Amino acid sequence: MGYTLNFAAVWRSFDQLLEGLALSLGLAFISILIGAVIGLLVAFALISKSGWVQRPAATYVTIIRNLPILVLVLFAYFALPQMGVRLGKIESFVAVLSIYSGAYLAEVFRAGLISIPKGLTEAGLAIGLTPMQIRVSIIVPLMLRNVLPSLSSTVISLFKDTSLAAAIAVPELTFEARKINVETFRVIETWIVASGLYVATCSVLAALMRVAERRLAVPR
Amino acid sequence: MSKVLLEIQGLRKQYGTVEVLKGVDCIMREGEVISIIGSSGSGKTTMLRCINMLEEFQGGHIRLEGEEIGYEHSGSSRKRKSEKDIARQRALTGMAFQQFNLFPHMTAAHNVMLGLVKVKKMSRDEARAVAEKWLDRVGLASRADHYPGQLSGGQQQRVAIARAIAMSPRLMLFDEVTSALDPELVGEVLQVIKGLAADGMSMLLVTHEMRFAYEVSSRVIFMNQGVICEEGDPKEMFVRPKTERLAEFLKTSSFN
Repeated sequence: MGYTLNFAAVWRSFDQLLEGLALSLGLAFISILIGAVIGLLVAFALISKSGWVQRPAATYVTIIRNLPILVLVLFAYFALPQMGVRLGKIESFVAVLSIYSGAYLAEVFRAGLISIPKGLTEAGLAIGLTPMQIRVSIIVPLMLRNVLPSLSSTVISLFKDTSLAAAIAVPELTFEARKINVETFRVIETWIVASGLYVATCSVLAALMRVAERRLAVPR
Repeated sequence: MSKVLLEIQGLRKQYGTVEVLKGVDCIMREGEVISIIGSSGSGKTTMLRCINMLEEFQGGHIRLEGEEIGYEHSGSSRKRKSEKDIARQRALTGMAFQQFNLFPHMTAAHNVMLGLVKVKKMSRDEARAVAEKWLDRVGLASRADHYPGQLSGGQQQRVAIARAIAMSPRLMLFDEVTSALDPELVGEVLQVIKGLAADGMSMLLVTHEMRFAYEVSSRVIFMNQGVICEEGDPKEMFVRPKTERLAEFLKTSSFN
């Protein structure tokens, strides 16, 4: 193989890649935030004793988890406008990733919720707290501590899913890399650098989650 | 005689088809310390938990200072009170549990403060002062900023009692508070309860500590198969039980 690596062309476009990465992070951040709110509500619905609350939540989680996210992305961007719902590229992707992360986070949160001893709720009730006050002050803070380790891998995996936005030409990291690939023909170099950026970002995310885990750990 | 604090009338409770309380009647006056004894499955814990609506019940009335607990009655129909009403009524009683149930992500002081801030609407400073006062009362002033996981079982239970008592309840409920403790830690918790009794706190205790029930109670209730089988002054009851059942129970219990 007579190929010599030459990164010069990729470095010249490095700013473009960084802008793409910034957008990737932005997409992930907003979607995970919305997804966390959806996930929290759905998780409480999943553990509800009422079938009218539990069943729709379970159906939502099942459907979303059995669909490839790329299909969802393409559906939202190409099929929805035909049905009269017209969203911009970014809005449509954020909506999809939010709904998608909502289903995954709901499962993570549900597991965290059921591991909290019933006695804590009773102790809260006994001092006169309302069920909502108990959720806010006791259940959710403990649940989040419980799930931080598994939350880390879900968050990283959701961040990586932003690369699918390239399929509808959202200028995030993968899309920018493809553009540089086409413009410079430095195929190997481009994808090595893009991969490096993904790995580095995910490592930083994982480290941040570990710090959060340590700082929030219940002392014993 | 002091005035009536708690009135239980024909209390019935069932899980599915199993009846656990088959019509319990009981009147408790202010300042009384009543121990409820009986073998497991006799319904004593269930009765305690009905008083603060941790258990729903299907029949009868519970009144605290004349106020109907848990349900509204109109004619022959009854309806559970609103969640808000029930929360307010629960704050009138304090409860300590077998498993302590401290909030593990909060320090001892914060455990005590939570209800003061959220239910009593105190400022954090006021609540902190009240929490410190009660933690001091249970001998844990120096542990205020420790987390439950950093405390021994006996210390945790004392914090849990401080948490309940800080809400200034009209009535304290103790549900087998020493059953989960190592034997050498039981004494410190019983000491705290004795102190509260000396202060005139009205208390209902479900307990297996017969010696303690004998010493601290103004009255003892012996439950058997969902009804009150015998009740009276412990000095009398423990020495000369009137029913065969109680005699049997005392023989197999730790009291002798």
